Amino acid sequence: MTMRDIILRFFIGGTVVSFFAILGDIFRPKTFAGLFGAAPSVALATLGLTIASHGRAYAAAEARSMLAGAAAFFFYVCIVSFVLMRYRPPTWKPTLGFMPVWFIAAFGLWALFLR
Amino acid sequence: MSIEINLDSFKTTKPHEYAIRFLFGGLVTATTGLIAKKFGPTVAGLFLAFPAIFPASATLIAKHEKERKQKAGYDGTRRGRAAAAADATGTSLGCLALLVFALIVWRILTTWSPWLVLPVAAITWAGTAILLWHLRRKF
Repeated sequence: MTMRDIILRFFIGGTVVSFFAILGDIFRPKTFAGLFGAAPSVALATLGLTIASHGRAYAAAEARSMLAGAAAFFFYVCIVSFVLMRYRPPTWKPTLGFMPVWFIAAFGLWALFLR
Repeated sequence: MSIEINLDSFKTTKPHEYAIRFLFGGLVTATTGLIAKKFGPTVAGLFLAFPAIFPASATLIAKHEKERKQKAGYDGTRRGRAAAAADATGTSLGCLALLVFALIVWRILTTWSPWLVLPVAAITWAGTAILLWHLRRKF
């Protein structure tokens, strides 16, 4: 991967993620806007480039692993949502503090089913 | 409550708040490519569903809601945190739709035209997310 590829990924990723973040800003109610927090923004930015550079089978293998990443995201955000609703701490604390849950769940599922 | 579009957020969101989300999105996308190169597609694929901007977005929502309440003469702290909790609830439904997105791409990418797969998967993500949101509201 060249520096040009990395910069291209950076700008495409930043643009797609920002687009979905803006959608999340403008919609009401907040539960609906929250849907865009789990939009496939990184996947949309990445998979097209991956298909072009490595082919469809390689990108399909990434999508298969994405299932574990999405399940991990679900576990993580359910815990964050519960803690925010139940204890009302400053938002940055559970959103950052529970980030290890994503890593443990994602790599745990990967080790169990995908390795 | 029906779905509404509120363009006031363009006034309340500061340029550096857009920049932070652009930066995180760009970094995660570029890093996913580097992980794929070093560890292969099965590890890199995990990061296609990494909660890249969720912490920043949820924190901004709480901050904006608090500021809005403070302008009206209230403290707004609890209201801001409640707004972030509501946002997280919606994100959990979006995650279930993200599973459907990944499943579709995985199953049909090798047989369908690649330039058709991503739009179909994205539209299915949106449809599933909206359906789940309506079902949650109803029951």
